[in-house]
Amino acid sequence: MIEFRQVTKRYDSDHTALRAVNFHLDRGELAFLTGHSGAGKSTLLKLIMVMERPTAGEVIVGGQKLNSLPRRQIPYIRRHIGVVFQNHQLLFDRTVFDNVAMPLEVMGASPEDTGRRVRAALDKVGLLKKEKMNPMQLSGGEQQRVGIARAVVNKPPVLLADEPTGNLDPELSADIMRLFTQFSQVGVTVLVATHDIALINEMNRRTLTLNQGQLVAGGGVSGH
Amino acid sequence: MATDSRQKPDNRRGANRSRSLLSDQARSYLGHHRKVARDSIQRMWKTPVASAMTWTVMGVALALPVALLLLLTSLQGVSAGWESTARITAYLAMELPAEEARGMAADIESDGRVISVQLVERDQALADFRASSGLDEALDFLEENPLPHTLLITPEDSARSAEGVQALVTFVENMNGIDQVQVDLGWLQRLNAMTDILARAVWALALLLGAAVILVIGNTVRLAIENRRDEILVAKLVGGTDAFVRRPFLYTGAWFGLGGGLVAWLLIQVSLWWLSGPIERLAGLYRSEFTLQGPGFDGALALIIVAMLLGWLGAWVAVRRHLDDIEPGDIAGG
Repeated sequence: MIEFRQVTKRYDSDHTALRAVNFHLDRGELAFLTGHSGAGKSTLLKLIMVMERPTAGEVIVGGQKLNSLPRRQIPYIRRHIGVVFQNHQLLFDRTVFDNVAMPLEVMGASPEDTGRRVRAALDKVGLLKKEKMNPMQLSGGEQQRVGIARAVVNKPPVLLADEPTGNLDPELSADIMRLFTQFSQVGVTVLVATHDIALINEMNRRTLTLNQGQLVAGGGVSGH
Repeated sequence: MATDSRQKPDNRRGANRSRSLLSDQARSYLGHHRKVARDSIQRMWKTPVASAMTWTVMGVALALPVALLLLLTSLQGVSAGWESTARITAYLAMELPAEEARGMAADIESDGRVISVQLVERDQALADFRASSGLDEALDFLEENPLPHTLLITPEDSARSAEGVQALVTFVENMNGIDQVQVDLGWLQRLNAMTDILARAVWALALLLGAAVILVIGNTVRLAIENRRDEILVAKLVGGTDAFVRRPFLYTGAWFGLGGGLVAWLLIQVSLWWLSGPIERLAGLYRSEFTLQGPGFDGALALIIVAMLLGWLGAWVAVRRHLDDIEPGDIAGG
């Protein structure tokens, strides 16, 4: 589902964020991406979302080579990738429902369809009763779950999470990881960037480890 | 593959299904347009003072050239009216007997370019002059009638152009027994020349103020874009196309245009109402039919459509310049 072939990303200066990274994530696989800050985790996620283009090598998502993707096509790729951010990126000028509905709105889904799918996603993260509230009124863990609902509302085949448990206590983190596991069980490829070693050890999943832009562990074929 | 696995099932369901899908899509597309249009109006209502100020700025900038254009059309109407009543006055030689004058009138009348010829005999002319001038006593001192017979010649429609009238004047001038031919087209030509200059000035002004309107709207929309930065980022993150992200701002521009057009129309109507009395008096003094014409329904509609187009254009310029700057690249740190 996600494949990196000899991917190198060099920024304008001498700074090389990624060096010849190779890995392949299958459909329904849940993997962690770790490394100290500045190791290239965010760059790797940005390459998958086409926020950045690789300097060399190939990034392939869902069989689509992203290098040759014209700018116009980028939105359509992003519709197949759900993203969860550490700082949620929720909009506080609208309700929880409207926040979660955004991916459907950009796709031009009908109102009935939107209502049905948004409620299904909110139900999944246990926030069905709070759809009319403003995200500002929710706790950090609830806000993060709204972000997750938004990321999965259009059933994307790929789910990326950037430090999704960064500000949460261990119990809430475990909740969120349970959700990710459930998604992977229905065939969603989940990649979670985190430096929460305790969490990684607890989950015992494949872990891609980056060190100064090089993939030092987890690059081989998955154990599945 | 991601794309295929999502699209193929729909494609396999046959023509009927895909047609209804297509119409579903069209409906939700239109629904989205309606929603965005409504949302951008509501946003405008939320800041009534700022919106009203933008409308007023636009209204004033639009009203000025439109008012001048209306004045211009009214002036052109005046000169057109005068051209159609252009008459040639021919003064016959003093010593010419009335008999001969009548003969000449008949001659001229038989010319194809002439509708009618009216002969004012010198006695009649003197009597008219006495009656209208109030110089009754002074005229009594004259030993004889100083006025000649006069022919008032009305040309055919086709001969009413400047050249046609000129040709007719030459023809009459060359007849025997004609002393002097007068046709007062000079002031008309001067008026025409002036309205030509005015027309160009008005169009130049309209162009400049149109550009000003585009810039004002562009700036307003730029602020709106800054205010909704987060929303734009998220829309781009979840796969909103450029058109999707642009749409609310283009509607905002068009609504500003609508408001500005209405304000401009209102300003024009009020000024017309305010000016109509004095203009009527002035026109009355000149015995002219001159009236300031309002824009009418068509004109108002055209004004509002142009205003909306300008607003849309201004928004488009702003969106063009500023939306690309907002890319989700800087969301994820490090």
